[in-house]
Amino acid sequence: MHGPAPLVAFGGVDKVFANGTTALKGLDLAIEPGQFVSLLGPSGCGKSTALRLLAGLGRPTSGRIDWPGTSGRPPEIGFVFQEPTLMPWATVFDNVRLPLKLKGVSKGQARGVVEAALARVGLAGFAGVYPRELSGGMKMRVSIARALVTSPSLMLLDEPFAALDEITRFRLNNDLLTVWQDNPLTVVFVTHSVYESVYLSNRIVVMAARPGRVVADIAIDAPYPRTEAFRTSDLYNSHCRAVSAALHQAMGGAA
Amino acid sequence: MTTRDLDDISALDRALPVLRIILPLAIFVLVICGWEYVVRANGIPPYILPAPSVIAQTLVSDWPSLWPSLVVTLRLTFLALAAAVVGGVGLALLFAQSRLIELSLFPYAVMLQVTPVISIAPLIIIYVDNTTAALLICAWIVAFFPILANTTLGLNSADHNLVNLFQLYGASRWQILWNLRLPAAMPYFLGGLRIAGGLSLIGAVVAEFAAGAGGTATGLAFRILEAGYRLQIPRLFAALILISVAGILIFLLFSAISHLALRHWHESAVKREQ
Repeated sequence: MHGPAPLVAFGGVDKVFANGTTALKGLDLAIEPGQFVSLLGPSGCGKSTALRLLAGLGRPTSGRIDWPGTSGRPPEIGFVFQEPTLMPWATVFDNVRLPLKLKGVSKGQARGVVEAALARVGLAGFAGVYPRELSGGMKMRVSIARALVTSPSLMLLDEPFAALDEITRFRLNNDLLTVWQDNPLTVVFVTHSVYESVYLSNRIVVMAARPGRVVADIAIDAPYPRTEAFRTSDLYNSHCRAVSAALHQAMGGAA
Repeated sequence: MTTRDLDDISALDRALPVLRIILPLAIFVLVICGWEYVVRANGIPPYILPAPSVIAQTLVSDWPSLWPSLVVTLRLTFLALAAAVVGGVGLALLFAQSRLIELSLFPYAVMLQVTPVISIAPLIIIYVDNTTAALLICAWIVAFFPILANTTLGLNSADHNLVNLFQLYGASRWQILWNLRLPAAMPYFLGGLRIAGGLSLIGAVVAEFAAGAGGTATGLAFRILEAGYRLQIPRLFAALILISVAGILIFLLFSAISHLALRHWHESAVKREQ
Protein backbone atom coordinates (compact mmCIF):
# COMPACT_ATOMS: atom_id res chain seq x y z
CA MET A 1 0.00 0.00 0.00
CA HIS A 2 1.53 3.26 -1.09
CA GLY A 3 -0.94 5.87 0.01
CA PRO A 4 -0.22 8.93 2.13
CA ALA A 5 2.12 8.71 5.13
CA PRO A 6 0.70 6.20 7.62
CA LEU A 7 -0.89 7.60 10.74
CA VAL A 8 0.94 5.09 12.88
CA ALA A 9 3.48 2.35 12.24
CA PHE A 10 4.55 -0.54 14.44
CA GLY A 11 8.18 -1.46 13.68
CA GLY A 12 9.29 -4.88 14.92
CA VAL A 13 7.34 -4.49 18.16
CA ASP A 14 7.79 -7.17 20.83
CA LYS A 15 5.84 -7.19 24.04
CA VAL A 16 6.83 -9.58 26.79
CA PHE A 17 4.96 -9.42 30.08
CA ALA A 18 6.65 -9.74 33.47
CA ASN A 19 5.34 -13.31 33.81
CA GLY A 20 7.26 -14.29 30.65
CA THR A 21 4.29 -14.38 28.26
CA THR A 22 5.22 -13.15 24.80
CA ALA A 23 2.11 -11.20 23.79
CA LEU A 24 3.56 -9.78 20.56
CA LYS A 25 6.53 -10.90 18.48
CA GLY A 26 7.98 -8.73 15.71
CA LEU A 27 4.77 -6.85 14.92
CA ASP A 28 5.04 -4.73 11.76
CA LEU A 29 1.87 -2.86 10.95
CA ALA A 30 1.17 0.51 9.36
CA ILE A 31 -2.26 2.10 9.62
CA GLU A 32 -3.25 4.84 7.24
CA PRO A 33 -5.40 7.83 8.14
CA GLY A 34 -9.10 7.24 7.60
CA GLN A 35 -8.86 3.45 7.61
CA PHE A 36 -11.26 1.27 9.54
CA VAL A 37 -8.96 -1.56 10.61
CA SER A 38 -10.12 -4.65 12.49
CA LEU A 39 -7.62 -6.71 14.46
CA LEU A 40 -9.07 -10.21 14.33
CA GLY A 41 -7.77 -13.30 16.07
CA PRO A 42 -8.21 -15.93 18.75
CA SER A 43 -7.73 -14.96 22.38
CA GLY A 44 -4.07 -14.65 23.31
CA CYS A 45 -3.02 -13.35 19.89
CA GLY A 46 -2.03 -9.95 21.31
CA LYS A 47 -4.68 -7.89 19.52
CA SER A 48 -5.74 -6.13 22.73
CA THR A 49 -2.10 -5.68 23.70
CA ALA A 50 -1.40 -3.98 20.36
CA LEU A 51 -4.38 -1.68 20.94
CA ARG A 52 -3.20 -0.76 24.42
CA LEU A 53 0.28 0.01 23.10
CA LEU A 54 -1.34 2.34 20.54
CA ALA A 55 -3.16 4.06 23.40
CA GLY A 56 0.10 4.56 25.27
CA LEU A 57 -0.97 2.18 28.04
CA GLY A 58 2.31 0.31 28.37
CA ARG A 59 5.48 0.38 26.28
CA PRO A 60 6.86 -2.11 23.77
CA THR A 61 9.56 -4.39 25.17
CA SER A 62 11.48 -3.75 21.97
CA GLY A 63 10.81 -2.20 18.57
CA ARG A 64 9.08 1.12 18.05
CA ILE A 65 5.74 2.78 17.41
CA ASP A 66 6.02 5.84 15.16
CA TRP A 67 3.44 8.48 14.36
CA PRO A 68 4.56 9.84 10.97
CA GLY A 69 1.05 11.13 10.16
CA THR A 70 1.01 13.53 13.09
CA SER A 71 4.64 14.70 13.13
CA GLY A 72 5.84 12.17 15.65
CA ARG A 73 3.39 12.69 18.49
CA PRO A 74 0.31 10.52 19.07
CA PRO A 75 -2.89 12.27 17.98
CA GLU A 76 -5.98 12.79 20.11
CA ILE A 77 -7.17 9.24 20.94
CA GLY A 78 -10.57 7.92 22.01
CA PHE A 79 -10.67 4.50 23.70
CA VAL A 80 -13.65 2.20 24.20
CA PHE A 81 -13.18 -0.78 26.53
CA GLN A 82 -14.86 -4.17 26.39
CA GLU A 83 -17.00 -3.10 29.36
CA PRO A 84 -18.64 0.33 29.35
CA THR A 85 -16.22 1.36 32.17
CA LEU A 86 -18.39 4.20 33.44
CA MET A 87 -18.10 5.85 36.83
CA PRO A 88 -21.22 4.61 38.64
CA TRP A 89 -21.34 7.64 40.94
CA ALA A 90 -21.48 10.13 38.07
CA THR A 91 -24.34 10.99 35.74
CA VAL A 92 -24.16 10.25 32.02
CA PHE A 93 -23.28 13.92 31.45
CA ASP A 94 -20.40 13.84 33.94
CA ASN A 95 -19.13 10.54 32.55
CA VAL A 96 -18.99 11.90 29.02
CA ARG A 97 -17.47 15.16 30.26
CA LEU A 98 -14.62 13.36 32.06
CA PRO A 99 -11.94 13.62 29.31
CA LEU A 100 -12.61 17.36 28.97
CA LYS A 101 -12.59 17.85 32.73
CA LEU A 102 -9.20 16.13 32.96
CA LYS A 103 -7.91 18.58 30.35
CA GLY A 104 -9.14 21.50 32.42
CA VAL A 105 -12.13 22.49 30.25
CA SER A 106 -14.78 24.19 32.41
CA LYS A 107 -18.24 22.69 32.80
CA GLY A 108 -19.85 25.57 30.96
CA GLN A 109 -17.51 25.26 27.98
CA ALA A 110 -17.91 21.49 27.92
CA ARG A 111 -21.71 21.49 28.00
CA GLY A 112 -22.31 22.00 24.29
CA VAL A 113 -19.68 19.45 23.22
CA VAL A 114 -20.95 16.84 25.68
CA GLU A 115 -24.54 17.32 24.56
CA ALA A 116 -23.50 17.04 20.91
CA ALA A 117 -21.61 13.80 21.63
CA LEU A 118 -24.65 12.37 23.45
CA ALA A 119 -26.93 13.37 20.59
CA ARG A 120 -24.59 11.65 18.12
CA VAL A 121 -25.03 8.30 19.91
CA GLY A 122 -28.79 8.81 20.30
CA LEU A 123 -28.80 9.60 24.03
CA ALA A 124 -29.84 13.26 23.88
CA GLY A 125 -32.35 13.04 26.72
CA PHE A 126 -30.23 11.00 29.12
CA ALA A 127 -27.67 13.51 30.41
CA GLY A 128 -28.94 13.50 33.99
CA VAL A 129 -29.34 9.73 34.33
CA TYR A 130 -27.02 7.45 36.32
CA PRO A 131 -25.36 4.51 34.51
CA ARG A 132 -27.19 1.84 36.54
CA GLU A 133 -30.48 3.07 35.06
CA LEU A 134 -29.30 2.26 31.51
CA SER A 135 -29.31 -1.00 29.54
CA GLY A 136 -26.06 -2.62 28.45
CA GLY A 137 -26.33 -1.15 24.93
CA MET A 138 -27.03 2.35 26.23
CA LYS A 139 -24.07 2.15 28.60
CA MET A 140 -21.89 1.25 25.62
CA ARG A 141 -23.25 4.29 23.75
CA VAL A 142 -22.26 6.49 26.69
CA SER A 143 -18.81 4.95 26.52
CA ILE A 144 -18.61 5.76 22.80
CA ALA A 145 -19.86 9.33 23.40
CA ARG A 146 -17.11 9.75 25.99
CA ALA A 147 -14.52 8.56 23.46
CA LEU A 148 -15.89 11.05 20.88
CA VAL A 149 -16.06 14.08 23.15
CA THR A 150 -12.46 15.15 22.56
CA SER A 151 -12.95 14.94 18.76
CA PRO A 152 -10.24 12.29 18.43
CA SER A 153 -8.66 11.50 15.08
CA LEU A 154 -8.01 7.91 16.21
CA MET A 155 -10.63 5.69 17.85
CA LEU A 156 -9.51 2.47 19.53
CA LEU A 157 -12.18 -0.08 20.40
CA ASP A 158 -11.42 -3.26 22.34
CA GLU A 159 -14.17 -5.81 21.63
CA PRO A 160 -16.74 -3.19 22.60
CA PHE A 161 -19.86 -5.09 21.56
CA ALA A 162 -18.86 -8.63 22.59
CA ALA A 163 -21.17 -8.69 25.60
CA LEU A 164 -24.24 -7.31 23.82
CA ASP A 165 -27.16 -9.12 22.23
CA GLU A 166 -27.18 -9.40 18.43
CA ILE A 167 -29.88 -6.81 17.77
CA THR A 168 -28.11 -4.20 19.89
CA ARG A 169 -24.77 -5.14 18.36
CA PHE A 170 -26.04 -4.64 14.79
CA ARG A 171 -27.51 -1.26 15.69
CA LEU A 172 -24.28 -0.11 17.37
CA ASN A 173 -22.27 -1.38 14.36
CA ASN A 174 -24.33 0.91 12.13
CA ASP A 175 -24.01 3.84 14.52
CA LEU A 176 -20.25 3.37 14.70
CA LEU A 177 -20.00 3.33 10.89
CA THR A 178 -22.05 6.54 10.71
CA VAL A 179 -19.73 8.25 13.20
CA TRP A 180 -16.69 7.07 11.25
CA GLN A 181 -18.08 8.28 7.92
CA ASP A 182 -19.17 11.68 9.29
CA ASN A 183 -15.78 12.48 10.81
CA PRO A 184 -12.14 12.45 9.70
CA LEU A 185 -11.57 9.43 11.89
CA THR A 186 -9.26 6.41 11.87
CA VAL A 187 -10.64 3.38 13.70
CA VAL A 188 -8.81 0.35 15.08
CA PHE A 189 -11.34 -2.24 16.17
CA VAL A 190 -10.41 -5.39 18.09
CA THR A 191 -12.83 -8.28 17.69
CA HIS A 192 -12.99 -12.05 17.54
CA SER A 193 -16.02 -12.02 15.26
CA VAL A 194 -15.37 -12.61 11.55
CA TYR A 195 -18.84 -11.32 10.62
CA GLU A 196 -18.53 -8.13 12.62
CA SER A 197 -15.08 -7.35 11.24
CA VAL A 198 -16.14 -7.88 7.60
CA TYR A 199 -19.26 -5.75 8.04
CA LEU A 200 -17.42 -2.83 9.60
CA SER A 201 -13.91 -2.57 8.28
CA ASN A 202 -12.14 -1.87 5.01
CA ARG A 203 -9.09 -3.75 6.23
CA ILE A 204 -8.78 -6.83 8.42
CA VAL A 205 -5.51 -7.79 10.09
CA VAL A 206 -5.67 -11.45 11.13
CA MET A 207 -3.45 -12.37 14.05
CA ALA A 208 -2.28 -15.69 15.51
CA ALA A 209 -1.35 -16.59 19.07
CA ARG A 210 1.77 -17.90 20.81
CA PRO A 211 3.52 -15.70 19.96
CA GLY A 212 1.13 -12.93 18.91
CA ARG A 213 1.82 -12.01 15.28
CA VAL A 214 0.14 -10.91 12.04
CA VAL A 215 -0.64 -13.75 9.64
CA ALA A 216 -2.89 -12.09 7.06
CA ASP A 217 -3.82 -8.60 5.94
CA ILE A 218 -7.06 -8.58 3.98
CA ALA A 219 -8.70 -5.61 2.22
CA ILE A 220 -12.51 -5.52 2.29
CA ASP A 221 -13.29 -3.33 -0.71
CA ALA A 222 -17.08 -3.27 -0.46
CA PRO A 223 -18.34 0.32 -0.76
CA TYR A 224 -19.75 2.37 2.10
CA PRO A 225 -22.35 3.16 3.32
CA ARG A 226 -22.92 -0.48 4.23
CA THR A 227 -26.44 -1.37 5.24
CA GLU A 228 -28.42 -4.41 6.32
CA ALA A 229 -28.57 -5.37 2.64
CA PHE A 230 -24.78 -5.81 2.68
CA ARG A 231 -25.08 -8.24 5.61
CA THR A 232 -26.96 -10.71 3.42
CA SER A 233 -25.15 -10.09 0.11
CA ASP A 234 -22.97 -12.61 -1.74
CA LEU A 235 -20.07 -10.17 -1.58
CA TYR A 236 -20.32 -10.13 2.23
CA ASN A 237 -20.46 -13.92 2.33
CA SER A 238 -17.44 -14.38 0.09
CA HIS A 239 -15.41 -11.95 2.23
CA CYS A 240 -16.52 -13.81 5.36
CA ARG A 241 -15.40 -17.11 3.80
CA ALA A 242 -11.98 -15.69 2.92
CA VAL A 243 -11.46 -14.15 6.36
CA SER A 244 -12.69 -17.32 8.10
CA ALA A 245 -10.19 -19.37 6.11
CA ALA A 246 -7.37 -17.00 7.10
CA LEU A 247 -8.45 -17.17 10.73
CA HIS A 248 -8.63 -20.96 10.57
CA GLN A 249 -5.10 -21.02 9.25
CA ALA A 250 -4.04 -18.63 12.00
CA MET A 251 -5.29 -21.12 14.56
CA GLY A 252 -3.03 -23.75 13.06
CA GLY A 253 -5.75 -25.37 11.00
CA ALA A 254 -6.79 -27.17 14.17
CA ALA A 255 -9.46 -26.41 16.80
CA MET B 1 -45.60 -21.94 43.48
CA THR B 2 -49.29 -21.11 43.27
CA THR B 3 -50.74 -17.69 42.56
CA ARG B 4 -51.89 -17.57 46.15
CA ASP B 5 -48.33 -17.95 47.43
CA LEU B 6 -47.16 -15.17 45.15
CA ASP B 7 -49.94 -12.92 46.40
CA ASP B 8 -48.91 -13.67 49.97
CA ILE B 9 -45.30 -12.78 49.21
CA SER B 10 -46.16 -9.46 47.62
CA ALA B 11 -48.48 -8.67 50.53
CA LEU B 12 -45.56 -9.34 52.89
CA ASP B 13 -43.34 -7.10 50.75
CA ARG B 14 -45.84 -4.29 50.96
CA ALA B 15 -46.21 -4.62 54.72
CA LEU B 16 -42.44 -4.80 55.29
CA PRO B 17 -41.82 -1.09 56.08
CA VAL B 18 -44.60 -1.17 58.68
CA LEU B 19 -43.56 -4.55 60.09
CA ARG B 20 -39.99 -3.33 60.45
CA ILE B 21 -41.23 -0.88 63.08
CA ILE B 22 -44.25 -2.74 64.52
CA LEU B 23 -42.56 -6.08 65.26
CA PRO B 24 -39.60 -4.84 67.35
CA LEU B 25 -41.97 -2.43 69.09
CA ALA B 26 -44.33 -5.28 69.98
CA ILE B 27 -41.41 -7.28 71.44
CA PHE B 28 -40.36 -4.20 73.40
CA VAL B 29 -43.83 -3.69 74.90
CA LEU B 30 -44.11 -7.41 75.68
CA VAL B 31 -40.75 -7.54 77.48
CA ILE B 32 -41.42 -4.34 79.45
CA CYS B 33 -44.85 -5.56 80.55
CA GLY B 34 -43.45 -8.96 81.52
CA TRP B 35 -40.62 -7.32 83.44
CA GLU B 36 -43.02 -5.01 85.29
CA TYR B 37 -45.29 -7.95 86.11
CA VAL B 38 -42.46 -10.16 87.43
CA VAL B 39 -41.11 -7.38 89.65
CA ARG B 40 -44.53 -6.51 91.07
CA ALA B 41 -45.82 -10.07 91.47
CA ASN B 42 -42.71 -11.17 93.37
CA GLY B 43 -42.22 -7.91 95.26
CA ILE B 44 -38.57 -7.63 94.08
CA PRO B 45 -36.96 -4.61 95.78
CA PRO B 46 -35.68 -1.84 93.41
CA TYR B 47 -32.03 -2.21 94.60
CA ILE B 48 -32.06 -5.74 93.14
CA LEU B 49 -34.21 -5.26 90.03
CA PRO B 50 -36.14 -2.02 89.55
CA ALA B 51 -39.40 -2.13 87.62
CA PRO B 52 -39.43 -0.30 84.26
CA SER B 53 -41.85 2.25 85.71
CA VAL B 54 -39.35 3.05 88.48
CA ILE B 55 -36.52 3.38 85.93
CA ALA B 56 -38.67 5.74 83.89
CA GLN B 57 -39.42 7.83 86.97
CA THR B 58 -35.70 7.95 87.83
CA LEU B 59 -34.89 8.97 84.27
CA VAL B 60 -37.23 11.96 84.65
CA SER B 61 -36.30 12.89 88.23
CA ASP B 62 -32.53 12.53 87.67
CA TRP B 63 -32.61 14.19 84.25
CA PRO B 64 -30.91 17.39 85.54
CA SER B 65 -27.79 15.40 86.48
CA LEU B 66 -27.97 12.74 83.75
CA TRP B 67 -28.40 15.16 80.84
CA PRO B 68 -25.11 17.07 81.39
CA SER B 69 -23.34 13.68 81.70
CA LEU B 70 -24.89 12.53 78.44
CA VAL B 71 -23.67 15.75 76.79
CA VAL B 72 -20.15 15.15 78.12
CA THR B 73 -20.10 11.56 76.81
CA LEU B 74 -21.57 12.51 73.43
CA ARG B 75 -19.09 15.35 73.01
CA LEU B 76 -16.25 12.95 73.71
CA THR B 77 -17.80 10.44 71.27
CA PHE B 78 -18.06 12.89 68.40
CA LEU B 79 -14.65 14.44 69.05
CA ALA B 80 -13.15 10.93 69.00
CA LEU B 81 -15.07 10.08 65.84
CA ALA B 82 -13.92 13.28 64.13
CA ALA B 83 -10.33 12.50 65.11
CA ALA B 84 -10.83 8.93 63.87
CA VAL B 85 -12.09 10.19 60.50
CA VAL B 86 -9.18 12.62 60.14
CA GLY B 87 -6.61 10.05 61.31
CA GLY B 88 -8.13 7.06 59.49
CA VAL B 89 -8.69 8.81 56.16
CA GLY B 90 -5.37 10.67 56.44
CA LEU B 91 -3.43 7.48 57.02
CA ALA B 92 -5.37 5.69 54.26
CA LEU B 93 -4.46 8.48 51.81
CA LEU B 94 -0.83 8.19 52.89
CA PHE B 95 -0.97 4.40 52.34
CA ALA B 96 -2.54 4.96 48.92
CA GLN B 97 0.35 7.21 47.90
CA SER B 98 3.04 4.71 48.75
CA ARG B 99 2.95 0.96 49.13
CA LEU B 100 6.17 1.20 51.19
CA ILE B 101 4.52 3.42 53.80
CA GLU B 102 1.55 1.05 53.95
CA LEU B 103 3.80 -1.98 54.43
CA SER B 104 5.79 -0.18 57.15
CA LEU B 105 2.90 1.23 59.18
CA PHE B 106 -0.07 -1.09 58.75
CA PRO B 107 1.11 -3.71 61.29
CA TYR B 108 1.27 -0.99 63.96
CA ALA B 109 -2.27 0.10 63.16
CA VAL B 110 -3.33 -3.54 63.62
CA MET B 111 -1.39 -3.69 66.90
CA LEU B 112 -3.26 -0.63 68.21
CA GLN B 113 -6.53 -2.21 67.16
CA VAL B 114 -6.03 -5.64 68.78
CA THR B 115 -4.73 -4.32 72.12
CA PRO B 116 -7.76 -3.93 74.44
CA VAL B 117 -8.13 -0.22 75.10
CA ILE B 118 -9.04 -0.87 78.73
CA SER B 119 -5.51 -2.21 79.26
CA ILE B 120 -3.75 0.82 77.76
CA ALA B 121 -6.14 3.39 79.22
CA PRO B 122 -4.50 3.59 82.70
CA LEU B 123 -1.12 4.26 81.06
CA ILE B 124 -2.52 6.95 78.80
CA ILE B 125 -4.29 8.59 81.73
CA ILE B 126 -1.03 8.62 83.69
CA TYR B 127 1.08 10.00 80.82
CA VAL B 128 -1.39 12.57 79.48
CA ASP B 129 -2.08 15.34 81.98
CA ASN B 130 -5.22 16.69 80.37
CA THR B 131 -8.04 14.22 81.21
CA THR B 132 -10.14 15.17 78.19
CA ALA B 133 -7.17 14.61 75.90
CA ALA B 134 -6.44 11.25 77.55
CA LEU B 135 -10.06 10.10 77.14
CA LEU B 136 -10.04 11.31 73.56
CA ILE B 137 -6.92 9.28 72.75
CA CYS B 138 -8.49 6.13 74.24
CA ALA B 139 -11.73 6.54 72.28
CA TRP B 140 -9.77 7.38 69.11
CA ILE B 141 -7.73 4.16 69.35
CA VAL B 142 -10.95 2.15 69.36
CA ALA B 143 -12.66 4.05 66.55
CA PHE B 144 -10.02 4.80 63.94
CA PHE B 145 -9.15 1.32 62.70
CA PRO B 146 -12.36 0.46 60.80
CA ILE B 147 -12.12 3.79 58.99
CA LEU B 148 -8.46 3.23 58.13
CA ALA B 149 -8.95 -0.38 57.01
CA ASN B 150 -12.09 0.30 54.98
CA THR B 151 -10.84 3.47 53.33
CA THR B 152 -7.55 1.80 52.39
CA LEU B 153 -9.46 -1.06 50.80
CA GLY B 154 -11.76 1.38 49.01
CA LEU B 155 -8.94 3.51 47.60
CA ASN B 156 -7.36 0.37 46.14
CA SER B 157 -10.56 -0.96 44.61
CA ALA B 158 -11.09 1.55 41.80
CA ASP B 159 -11.95 -0.12 38.47
CA HIS B 160 -8.66 -0.92 36.74
CA ASN B 161 -9.99 0.05 33.31
CA LEU B 162 -11.11 3.42 34.66
CA VAL B 163 -7.60 3.97 36.02
CA ASN B 164 -6.31 3.22 32.49
CA LEU B 165 -8.84 5.62 31.02
CA PHE B 166 -7.66 8.40 33.35
CA GLN B 167 -4.03 7.68 32.39
CA LEU B 168 -4.97 7.72 28.72
CA TYR B 169 -6.25 11.27 29.08
CA GLY B 170 -3.08 12.29 30.90
CA ALA B 171 -4.67 12.65 34.35
CA SER B 172 -2.34 13.63 37.18
CA ARG B 173 -2.03 11.57 40.38
CA TRP B 174 -4.10 14.18 42.13
CA GLN B 175 -6.85 14.07 39.47
CA ILE B 176 -7.00 10.27 39.70
CA LEU B 177 -7.20 10.47 43.48
CA TRP B 178 -9.87 13.15 43.56
CA ASN B 179 -12.07 12.06 40.63
CA LEU B 180 -11.68 8.30 40.80
CA ARG B 181 -10.15 6.74 43.89
CA LEU B 182 -11.96 8.87 46.47
CA PRO B 183 -15.45 8.37 44.98
CA ALA B 184 -14.71 4.64 44.58
CA ALA B 185 -13.69 4.50 48.25
CA MET B 186 -16.84 6.30 49.43
CA PRO B 187 -19.05 3.23 50.11
CA TYR B 188 -16.19 1.55 51.98
CA PHE B 189 -15.48 4.68 53.99
CA LEU B 190 -19.14 5.10 54.91
CA GLY B 191 -19.31 1.45 56.02
CA GLY B 192 -16.28 2.10 58.22
CA LEU B 193 -17.85 5.29 59.54
CA ARG B 194 -20.98 3.42 60.60
CA ILE B 195 -18.90 0.94 62.59
CA ALA B 196 -16.64 3.68 63.98
CA GLY B 197 -19.65 5.71 65.18
CA GLY B 198 -20.69 2.91 67.53
CA LEU B 199 -17.10 2.13 68.47
CA SER B 200 -16.30 5.72 69.41
CA LEU B 201 -19.22 5.68 71.87
CA ILE B 202 -17.92 2.41 73.32
CA GLY B 203 -14.41 3.86 73.40
CA ALA B 204 -15.65 7.01 75.15
CA VAL B 205 -17.54 5.03 77.79
CA VAL B 206 -14.67 2.58 78.36
CA ALA B 207 -12.21 5.48 78.69
CA GLU B 208 -14.52 7.18 81.17
CA PHE B 209 -14.70 3.97 83.16
CA ALA B 210 -10.92 3.73 83.24
CA ALA B 211 -10.57 7.35 84.30
CA GLY B 212 -13.69 7.31 86.45
CA ALA B 213 -11.79 6.07 89.51
CA GLY B 214 -9.91 9.38 89.42
CA GLY B 215 -13.21 11.11 89.95
CA THR B 216 -12.52 13.93 87.52
CA ALA B 217 -14.89 12.77 84.78
CA THR B 218 -18.59 13.51 84.73
CA GLY B 219 -19.69 11.41 81.76
CA LEU B 220 -22.37 8.71 81.81
CA ALA B 221 -19.84 6.00 82.70
CA PHE B 222 -18.96 7.95 85.82
CA ARG B 223 -22.69 8.16 86.67
CA ILE B 224 -22.95 4.38 86.32
CA LEU B 225 -19.93 3.79 88.58
CA GLU B 226 -21.27 6.27 91.10
CA ALA B 227 -24.75 4.73 91.09
CA GLY B 228 -23.20 1.27 91.46
CA TYR B 229 -21.21 2.29 94.55
CA ARG B 230 -24.34 3.77 96.11
CA LEU B 231 -26.58 0.88 95.07
CA GLN B 232 -28.84 3.33 93.17
CA ILE B 233 -29.80 0.59 90.75
CA PRO B 234 -32.71 2.47 89.04
CA ARG B 235 -30.30 5.33 88.27
CA LEU B 236 -27.75 2.84 86.94
CA PHE B 237 -30.39 1.44 84.59
CA ALA B 238 -31.42 4.96 83.54
CA ALA B 239 -27.83 5.84 82.58
CA LEU B 240 -27.47 2.52 80.77
CA ILE B 241 -30.61 3.25 78.74
CA LEU B 242 -29.27 6.67 77.77
CA ILE B 243 -26.04 5.09 76.49
CA SER B 244 -27.96 2.48 74.46
CA VAL B 245 -30.33 5.06 72.97
CA ALA B 246 -27.39 7.31 72.11
CA GLY B 247 -25.69 4.34 70.39
CA ILE B 248 -28.81 3.51 68.38
CA LEU B 249 -29.27 7.15 67.33
CA ILE B 250 -25.62 7.38 66.23
CA PHE B 251 -26.03 4.21 64.16
CA LEU B 252 -29.24 5.54 62.57
CA LEU B 253 -27.61 8.90 61.88
CA PHE B 254 -24.70 7.34 59.99
CA SER B 255 -26.93 4.86 58.20
CA ALA B 256 -29.00 7.81 56.96
CA ILE B 257 -25.87 9.73 55.89
CA SER B 258 -24.59 6.65 54.08
CA HIS B 259 -27.92 6.14 52.34
CA LEU B 260 -28.15 9.77 51.25
CA ALA B 261 -24.61 9.77 49.89
CA LEU B 262 -25.02 6.52 47.92
CA ARG B 263 -28.69 6.48 46.96
CA HIS B 264 -28.07 7.36 43.31
CA TRP B 265 -25.55 4.73 42.44
CA HIS B 266 -24.44 2.14 44.97
CA GLU B 267 -26.08 -1.30 45.02
CA SER B 268 -26.47 -1.09 48.81
CA ALA B 269 -28.70 1.98 48.63
CA VAL B 270 -30.57 1.51 45.35
CA LYS B 271 -34.20 0.43 45.55
CA ARG B 272 -35.09 -2.41 43.19
CA GLU B 273 -38.45 -3.48 41.96
CA GLN B 274 -38.90 -7.15 41.18
